[in-house]
Amino acid sequence: MSETVVIAETKQGMLHSVTAELVSAANALGSAPTVIIPGTSDSAAAAVAELAGVGRVIACVGDCFSTYDAASWAKAVDTCAPAGIVVCAASQNGKDLASRLAARRSISVVQDVVAIDGSTLTQPIFSGKAMQNIVLSGDAVISIRANTFAAVGEGDGAEVTVMNQSADIATAVREMIAKANERLDVAEADIIISGGRGMQDPVNFVDLERIADALGAAVGASRAAVDTWDEIPHSMQVGQTGKTVNPSLYIAVGISGAIQHLAGMRTSKYIVAINKDAEAPIFKHADYGIVSTWEEALPILESELKALLG
Amino acid sequence: MPNIAVLVKRVPDTNAQILVSGDRVDLSNVKWVMSPYDEYALEAAMMHKEAQGGVVTAITLGAPECDKVLKDAKAIGVDRIIRVWDDSWSELDSNQTQMALTSAVKEISAEVVYCGKSAADTGAGSTGPGVAERLDWASASNIIGLEFEDSGIEVIVPAASGNARTGISLPAVVSCDKGFCKPRKPNVKGIMMAKRAQVEVLAAEIPASGINIVSHTPPPQKAPGQTFDGATNVPAVVAALRNDANVI
Ligand SMILES: Cc1cc2nc3c(=O)[nH]c(=O)nc-3n(C[C@H](O)[C@H](O)[C@H](O)COP(=O)(O)OP(=O)(O)OC[C@H]3O[C@@H](n4cnc5c(N)ncnc54)[C@H](O)[C@@H]3O)c2cc1C
Ligand SMILES: Nc1ncnc2c1ncn2[C@@H]1O[C@H](COP(=O)(O)O)[C@@H](O)[C@H]1O
Repeated sequence: MSETVVIAETKQGMLHSVTAELVSAANALGSAPTVIIPGTSDSAAAAVAELAGVGRVIACVGDCFSTYDAASWAKAVDTCAPAGIVVCAASQNGKDLASRLAARRSISVVQDVVAIDGSTLTQPIFSGKAMQNIVLSGDAVISIRANTFAAVGEGDGAEVTVMNQSADIATAVREMIAKANERLDVAEADIIISGGRGMQDPVNFVDLERIADALGAAVGASRAAVDTWDEIPHSMQVGQTGKTVNPSLYIAVGISGAIQHLAGMRTSKYIVAINKDAEAPIFKHADYGIVSTWEEALPILESELKALLG
Repeated sequence: MPNIAVLVKRVPDTNAQILVSGDRVDLSNVKWVMSPYDEYALEAAMMHKEAQGGVVTAITLGAPECDKVLKDAKAIGVDRIIRVWDDSWSELDSNQTQMALTSAVKEISAEVVYCGKSAADTGAGSTGPGVAERLDWASASNIIGLEFEDSGIEVIVPAASGNARTGISLPAVVSCDKGFCKPRKPNVKGIMMAKRAQVEVLAAEIPASGINIVSHTPPPQKAPGQTFDGATNVPAVVAALRNDANVI
């Protein structure tokens, strides 16, 4: 049995909570992993060391980690990470880094793993219309979808080693363009409320935003909404040509449930649909369907949530 | 003038129903298309040529039936079309796929490679960064903006705190999201040219596969949901989300 290595997920230099799920996935592979935490300093390493199930922690420290540059990240992380099965988060940068690392080591990369059963890994293919079950025949880099493994709790504190790295950056960020909407990103959210063409006017998304605020949720949209209204940016789009999301709760409002929309959200733990058409395909996939116009349903939803959550 | 490559893949139409028969997906009845993001990659390659001149080569990895996506690319206006294949290959893993495509990119001495951010069948997004690593090139993934400069390109990529306007010097691999261009449609002249075009077939050395595909299975079935008629049931659903589902 070779060693298991986790590449901790960070967000703007801070430890991302999905890291506790990655450790859990590594444990499912049968070992207490070495966790590599990349950063410009070792400040996030202590938080990793506190996670249960961690073998040891290596803080991989270098200036190259100040912004995401695939080539330099892969080079620096590769130097710090022992050989073995490497586990990354299936986030945008996590998947990119996983690919680079695997290529560097001339091994396979297996993306979006959603289950580990003994030596069998499961990943969705054809946007979740089928699952592929595989067994590794050697070392590989795998990425894990968020929300599929239970996060590990607190442990006894693992040993931390610091390794300083330097790698030339091949791409240079010239400017950060602020996001048009400062709301929570659908890719990051544990609860999402999305609107479709049935919302009739982009102005009505304000009703979704108020509910999102009550729930701490992100607001998403169908492609029809994004294509029809300039006010709804592509960054909000969920689906085949938008974002793939895996929240605990997905609320679809005025969305018919086309196969390409389902491709992006069908793995959500719970799906609620609000649609005035009882025949809308979304109801076949909803755990709780409400046949109603949004005009009638959303005010009640908002007042119920506010009463419950304060 | 740059030597531009674009990677295009043949995949089932995203509307296709995917059935599992035995322990493999049954793709015998699906309609095949160019993977949706590859259309943006192809457009990016054509824009690059229009800005700076050069030659555009479309490359696919696959069996002879994949010639169709190359002809589709030819109809749009690419100069060369190359298919990498060996009849002894099947179910290639990422390592094998990237090695085969990398050798084709080297063969034509490309300086920039455009590809889709992920293929509609794998959904992986592994190929662009993986090929870049093997070439020891820079890469940018999931780009949503593209400008051409004397010494390289400028792309916009989504980042945690916004979108990053990023300069990249060539050679580089660029994986394309949608949003920065509108893929052009072929015209009649292009379609006629494509009919006559010759596909160049290349062989490549590939390593052994690092994975065994044990089976394909249908997605897990969820327990059937409940449907309520009318907005008066909203409180019951909120209570269920709180008490049964434990998600709020
Ligand atoms: C290659 C390709 C990629 C695609 N990628 C995506 C993707 O990433 N994401 C995506 O979403 N789609 C995608 N699509 C488009 C997809 O096929 C559908 O067209 C789209 O999802 C429909 O959006 P919608 O449900 O909002 O609109 P519609 O299909 O128009 O449905 C609107 C719904 O609102 C309901 N409604 C109307 N009024 C009300 C009301 N007052 N109250 C409540 N309900 C109401 C209607 O009953 C209807 O069900 C893609 C298509 C293709 C071909
Ligand atoms: N067999 C292939 N032939 C040509 N291009 C490919 C192939 N596989 C992947 N690609 C390219 O790599 C992109 C990402 O694929 P993937 O890594 O499978 O998600 C695709 O959109 C294509 O541009």
